[in-house]
Amino acid sequence: MRYITPRKAAIGMGSARTGTLHHWQMTVTSAALLILTPLFMIVVGGAIGLERAAVIAHFGRPFAGIVTALFIVVGMIHFIKGTRIMLDDYLHGTANRVAIIVSHIFGWGVIATALFALAKMAFTTPVI
Amino acid sequence: MADVNRGNRPLSPHLQVYRLPLPAITSIMTRITGHALVAGILLLVWWLVAAVSSPGAFAAADWVLRSWIGFLVMLGSTWALWFHLLSGVRHLFYDAGMGLEIEDAKRSSWGIIIGSVALTVLSLIIFFT
Repeated sequence: MRYITPRKAAIGMGSARTGTLHHWQMTVTSAALLILTPLFMIVVGGAIGLERAAVIAHFGRPFAGIVTALFIVVGMIHFIKGTRIMLDDYLHGTANRVAIIVSHIFGWGVIATALFALAKMAFTTPVI
Repeated sequence: MADVNRGNRPLSPHLQVYRLPLPAITSIMTRITGHALVAGILLLVWWLVAAVSSPGAFAAADWVLRSWIGFLVMLGSTWALWFHLLSGVRHLFYDAGMGLEIEDAKRSSWGIIIGSVALTVLSLIIFFT
């Protein structure tokens, strides 16, 4: 027996069972990206056009590496959640679910690829 | 049925001939720019992982990134990123209950359009100097 009334269990959760969690996560990630986006543009802008060794050294530095990693991780989570809303608007049933799964696989694939590259750059750059 | 009000009732917009108001255009552009940014991030992440793969892989990715099509993708991504960012700021204000009047939404729409172009030009100037 559950010592909780059905009303208490339902309050704030909505039909998705997560209440306003999705909206709040979009708010938090967008606020973080507000800071990260200009920093990311500066970091990437300073790297385009460099030789391969210089690119590796550029992203191997702490600030550039951390900013790029944070932007891509937070940005792709923001992307997965934003895509979810578009898919819920335009696709329904099985197509909707398949597209949401594809969106997650794509997003986390981009995150893993970028983090692998950044980690390799960070650990192969000689400390001068 | 004789006294039914005919011809003077509010009409719902016919979507195929309805000219979207400016706030509606900037609203749908927020979604479009957000999703279009996939192109930019894919190009950059490919370039990053190519740099730690092999000289040949990096040469290929770097050639694409620095070609005119790579420049167009980066330029478009820069504008899309600024547009999406400014529009996101507007959403934070919307969430706080501010700027929801139609006239305010028109003003903020122009702010987003002009602001995103200005910041893109500024980004280009910083990049090329």
